[in-house]
Amino acid sequence: MTDAVLEIRGLNVDYGLGDEAVHAVRDVDLTLHRGEVLGLAGESGSGKSTLAYGLTRLLPPPGVIAGGEVLYHPDGGAPVDVLRMTLPELRKFRWAETAIVFQGAMNSLNPVHRISSQLTDVIKAHDPRSTPASRLARAREMLRLVGISADRLDSYPHQLSGGMRQRVMIGMALALEPKVVIMDEPTTALDVVVQRQILRQLVELRERLGFSVVFITHDLSLLVEFSDRIAIMYGGRIVEEATSADLYRDPLHPYSHGLLNSFPALRGPKRELTGIPGSPPDLRAMPPGCAFHPRCPHAMERCGVEVPVLGIPGDVRSGHDAGANEPAPADRTVACWLHPVHDDGL
Amino acid sequence: MSYLLKRIAFYVFTAWAAVTINFLIPRAIPGDPVQALITRSRGQMTSEAVQSLYVLFGLDKDASLVEQYFTYLGQLLRGDLGLSFTYFPSPVSQVIGDGLPWTLGLVGITTVLGFLIGTALGTGIGWRRGSWADALIPVTTFVSSIPYFWLGLIAIALLTGPDSFFPASGAYDGGLVPNPDPQFIGSVLRHGILPAFTILISSMAGWILSMRNMMVTVSSEDYVTVAHAKGLSDRRVMVGYAARNALLPNVSGFALSLGFIVGGTLLVEIVFSYPGLGLQLFQAVGAKDYPLMQGVFLIITLSVLLANFLADVAYLALDPRTRREG
Ligand SMILES: Nc1ncnc2c1ncn2[C@@H]1O[C@H](COP(=O)(O)OP(=O)(O)OP(=O)(O)O)[C@@H](O)[C@H]1O
Ligand SMILES: [Mg+2]
Repeated sequence: MTDAVLEIRGLNVDYGLGDEAVHAVRDVDLTLHRGEVLGLAGESGSGKSTLAYGLTRLLPPPGVIAGGEVLYHPDGGAPVDVLRMTLPELRKFRWAETAIVFQGAMNSLNPVHRISSQLTDVIKAHDPRSTPASRLARAREMLRLVGISADRLDSYPHQLSGGMRQRVMIGMALALEPKVVIMDEPTTALDVVVQRQILRQLVELRERLGFSVVFITHDLSLLVEFSDRIAIMYGGRIVEEATSADLYRDPLHPYSHGLLNSFPALRGPKRELTGIPGSPPDLRAMPPGCAFHPRCPHAMERCGVEVPVLGIPGDVRSGHDAGANEPAPADRTVACWLHPVHDDGL
Repeated sequence: MSYLLKRIAFYVFTAWAAVTINFLIPRAIPGDPVQALITRSRGQMTSEAVQSLYVLFGLDKDASLVEQYFTYLGQLLRGDLGLSFTYFPSPVSQVIGDGLPWTLGLVGITTVLGFLIGTALGTGIGWRRGSWADALIPVTTFVSSIPYFWLGLIAIALLTGPDSFFPASGAYDGGLVPNPDPQFIGSVLRHGILPAFTILISSMAGWILSMRNMMVTVSSEDYVTVAHAKGLSDRRVMVGYAARNALLPNVSGFALSLGFIVGGTLLVEIVFSYPGLGLQLFQAVGAKDYPLMQGVFLIITLSVLLANFLADVAYLALDPRTRREG
C-alpha cells in the first residue's frame, strides 16, 4: 500500500459553542494516500464540506475545530499537524501543499480582478522572488493544462462560462504543484458532459503530476467511476470506507447500499433505483445510537442504543483475491452493527 | 465606450433642461424684482436709473420670451448670471465666486476626508468582526443619526465663548485682509476647525457603518475564502479581495455626496455663519434676491449632475461587470 500524505485523526468540528453547538463532523478518521483519488460521498448536510473546511482551517464562523489532528506528511519530512501550525506556517502550507477547489466554484473568482492577476498573485505570495514574466508564463501554462486558451488571461470572470471558471479554479489549484488537492463538488453546477470531461482531465493530470485528490460529491456513481477509494459520510461520521470496486460490488453499510441505489449505474448490471426512505438527520437532534437507524431497513435493537465504531468488519470475506475464510482486507472499514468489527483488527 | 457617450449625452440633456427651467421659473413667478429693489431703495432713484435696472436685469418688456431665452443662454456661456440685489451692483458670478471657495474648502475637504477615514475605519472594523472594535458600532450608529447642524449647535454652545480659542462665526477674523500670509491662514484654520469637525464626524460615522456592513457581507463570499486558502497575507486579502469589492456600493454614494457639497451643508454654514454658498443662498432667499438664488441653484444642479457623472465613471472603472465590452 502507498504511504499516507494526509492523515485525519479524530477530527471534530462544531458550529457554535457550548450547548448550542451543532456537531457537524464527529470523530472522523481518514487517510489520504500518495497519488490516490479518495472520494467522499454523502447526502446534503452530512458534513462533507465542513470536513474539507475543517482540515484546511477555513471554517466560516461560527465553525470551530473541537478536536483531533490533521497530519500532513511532506516529502521525506516529519509529519506536521495542520491544526497546530502558526498562522505564518499555515499561510505557507496553504495552496503550496494543499489546494482546494470549493463547492460552487462559480463564485470562487473575484469579479473585479482579471483571471491573470488571480492566477499570479498566489504564485507571488508563495515565491516572492519570481518575476512578473515568469508568473504570467506559469499562469498561461496552467490555463493550457486545463484546456483554456491563454488569451483568456485578460478576461474577467463574468466573461467566462461556468465550465471555464471551474477549469480556471482547477488550474489555479495546480499552479503551485500541491501534493493534495481537495475538490468540494467542483462540478455539480455543470452539465453531465462537461462534468465528466473535467473529471477525466483531472484524473489524467493526477497521473501526470502525481498529486492526491479528495473528491467530494453526493453523486456516488461519479466516484465509483473516477476514484480509487470511497468514504461514505452520514450525520457527520464516516460510516464506510472501501476501494471503489469493493464498495460498488458489495456495499456493507445499508446507507451506502441506499446511496448506490439512488443513482443510475453507468456501467455494469442495471440496478433498481430505490433510494433511501426518510430524510437526513437533524444535527441538533441526532438519534441515539447509529444515526442512520431510523431510516435503516435492517435496524436492530442495538442500533438505537450504541454507536457503532468504524473498523474492519469481522464477518466479511474480502473481494476478489482473498481466500474464502480470510477476513476483509485492512483497507475496508465500516461502522454498522450488521458487520461487527473484526477483533484482531483492533 | 458607447455606454459612456450615452451617459454624457444624457447629462448634457439634463443640464440643458435644468438651465431652461432656471430661466423659466423666475419669469413665471408673479411680482417684479426691479420693483422690489426700488422699494428697498426707498424712492431714491431716478426714472432713468429704474429703466437701466430693467435693462440690466434683462427684464425690459420689449424683448420676446424666445429672444430673452437666447440672450440668457449667451450670458450663461459667458458666465454672466446677472446682478445680485443684495450685493447690488455686484454681478452674481462674482458673489458666487466669493462664496464658492469657502464652501469647497470647508465642505469639500471634510467630505473627502470623512469618506477616506470612515472607509478605512469601517474596513478594519468589518474585517475584525467579533473583536473589541465591534463596540464602536453603537457609538457610530448614534453619531450618524445626529443631524450635523445639531452637532454644530452643541459645539458652539459648549466650545465657543468670549475667551474661547474657537470663534463662533465667520471664516476669518474680521480685521484681516484675505491674502496668503501666516496670520490669515492661521485665522482661517482656527475658524474652520469646529465646522469641519462637525461635518467630519457626522459624515464619517455613516461611511464607517456602511463600509463595515459591506465588509462583513463580502468577507463570507467564496472568493474571499479562496483568497485565504491561497495563503495570501491577511492584509492582501483584506485590501485586494474584501475591501476592494466592499467599496463598490460606497463609491457611488460618495460621488453623490460630492454633489451635495455645494447645497447639502447649508445648515452648517448657517449655524457657523460661514460665508460659503449655503449662507449666501440663505440670505438670498431672505432678501428675495432672485438672480443670486438662480445662480446658486444652477451651481447646485450642475454639481449634482457632475457628481452623478463621476459616479458613473468611477463605477465603470472599478467594476468590470458594468463595462459592456466587445
Ligand atoms: N454556519 C453554520 N452554522 C450552523 N450550522 C451549519 C453551518 N454551516 C453548516 N452547518 C451545518 O453543518 C452540517 C454540514 O454541512 P456541510 O455544508 O458540511 O454539508 P455537506 O455535506 O457539504 O452538504 P452539501 O452536499 O449540501 O454540500 C449541515 O447540517 C449544516 O446545517
Ligand atoms: Mg458541501
